[in-house]
Amino acid sequence: MSVPDSGQAAQAALAGGAVAEQGVIHDIGYRHYDGPRLGRAYVVRSLFVQSLRNSFGLGRSARSKVVPLLLLGVMCLPALIIAAVVTGTKQDSMPLPYTRYAIVLQAVVSLFVAAQAPQSVSRDLRFRLTSLYFSRPLLRSDYVLAKWSAMVCALMVLLAAPLTILYAGALLAKLPVATQTGRFALGLVGALLFAMVLAGVGLVLAAITPRRGLGVAAVIAVLLVTFSAVGVVQGISASRHSDTLAGYAGLFSPFTLVDGVQVWALHAETSTQMAPPGTAGGLVFLAVTLGLIAGLYGLLLLRYRSVSVS
Amino acid sequence: MSIIVTERLTMRFPRVTALDSLTVDVPSGVVGLVGANGAGKSTLIKILLGLLPATEGRATVLGMDVATDGTRIRERVGYMPEHDALPPDVSATELIVHLGRMSGLPATAARERTADTLRHVGLYEERYRPIGGYSTGMRQRVKLAQALVHDPALVLLDEPTNGLDPAGRDDMLALIRRIGAEFGIAVLVTSHLLGELERVCDHVVVIDGGRLMHSSTTASVTGVSQRLLVEVTEGNDRLASALAARGVVVSRLGRMVEVEIGADTTHETYDIVRDEVADLGVGLVRLEQRRHRIAEIFRPGTPSPVTPEGQVHHVRAG
Repeated sequence: MSVPDSGQAAQAALAGGAVAEQGVIHDIGYRHYDGPRLGRAYVVRSLFVQSLRNSFGLGRSARSKVVPLLLLGVMCLPALIIAAVVTGTKQDSMPLPYTRYAIVLQAVVSLFVAAQAPQSVSRDLRFRLTSLYFSRPLLRSDYVLAKWSAMVCALMVLLAAPLTILYAGALLAKLPVATQTGRFALGLVGALLFAMVLAGVGLVLAAITPRRGLGVAAVIAVLLVTFSAVGVVQGISASRHSDTLAGYAGLFSPFTLVDGVQVWALHAETSTQMAPPGTAGGLVFLAVTLGLIAGLYGLLLLRYRSVSVS
Repeated sequence: MSIIVTERLTMRFPRVTALDSLTVDVPSGVVGLVGANGAGKSTLIKILLGLLPATEGRATVLGMDVATDGTRIRERVGYMPEHDALPPDVSATELIVHLGRMSGLPATAARERTADTLRHVGLYEERYRPIGGYSTGMRQRVKLAQALVHDPALVLLDEPTNGLDPAGRDDMLALIRRIGAEFGIAVLVTSHLLGELERVCDHVVVIDGGRLMHSSTTASVTGVSQRLLVEVTEGNDRLASALAARGVVVSRLGRMVEVEIGADTTHETYDIVRDEVADLGVGLVRLEQRRHRIAEIFRPGTPSPVTPEGQVHHVRAG
């Protein structure tokens, strides 16, 4: 292209720009929408995806990304260190079993639930966004399903990411693949149980109040206080040689409850001072866990039946 | 074509009967739903959205039964709540795109419709800023936009002018008129202010205590009456007594004099008014045939604004 040509082109562009500036923006009037209207399943899926993204601050302000991404980083850091040590020092087994990871880092997991569960549901209640949702095709039960599933998945990401790092470390260290894969899979099953119990606890507490601060405080109180209380009770009972009491005390904190199920059903190593006593104890722990998951979900459904639209 | 039909619709709560055997037929166009606070407007809207099962009676919206087709109705209806319902930490664009998808629009369509809708309600550059910084007028526009984003066949607007200053109120009323007239979307708009609805509605439905009080076209209610309004520069009293002396029924209305025309077909009354004003030597500012106002429906003792077609029926006196 020659120089004069490009000059002419520039002039033409300038002239065009001038015309565009002089011209008015034409109001093309109202256009109706003839395209597809996707049904309820799509609406629920959209709410699920948006809630899941929001729980890591994606699609939201930089400020809302800080806490969840920081906690995800803190969660993965020990796993990275362990993986590096195992690979570097050629150990013949993992120093920390997959199933114990969530309990060892329970404070971080609790903080994540406390920060993100109220973010997910209290906000909608406080700003009454629920009335804009419920005047749309989705049902109240669909809303609960989407929010609960999103919270479970967010917790799964938080819990499974470090387990995956550990597993990768184990494979790099040339530990037996079959054994490690089996244990990793059991770790994921345990993580799913943790995620379902914690999502229920977090969302039920957060949905009680439209005030986010209260929700955060309530979740922290319930998760951290019960975990410490169970530790204290187990310590006292064990020192008085009442192992059965110590074992059943684990029922009263979400973390020790799921740990009990892992020990009995997944043959994991316990992280508490006392595992559930025998098969009967294991069955009780499993029943309570499943009952708790279902019960908390039921409470959420009940809570949203009474949320008014106008 | 009827957009909303209710038949003996009744809603009883433990303490109160919110709707009492309401039978009404709402045509398309812009329809005003008038009633004092607690008259049952919000309850009716919730039932129409299929969110509250009625105690008795039935209702259809766009030909769909509210008892069984709630989800399908909500797909084709937009709802603007009376109260604030917007999160402050997202922009109008983000919120409306999300709510568009929540109405079933595919992602691309939701973005296109959001841009269109926000332009139609009059939100431009500010649509990218967080809603927390918006004025009341802008927030009302965002609420209206979320009701329109999925191109509904009907929008239910609950007190859309609440909290707006007079200029904002005028803008909102003009917008509502456009939605009905230009966009071709049926509108049911509630208000406790009659004057507003008179200006934008084709039809008004008045409910009181959960009962239908009145339903008719706005034109039939606000049609001309058999009265003359006379305003003179001074001496209202002297004019009133002079007219009374000529055998004309006169009443005072603020700074004006109201004159009954009655069944006068010869326009004799006009001549009497003209002559008396001229005799008094005062200036004639106004001489017009009065229009009825919707508010008269509520005023006991006022002659009912019955039109020749007899479209207006008082179901219950105010």
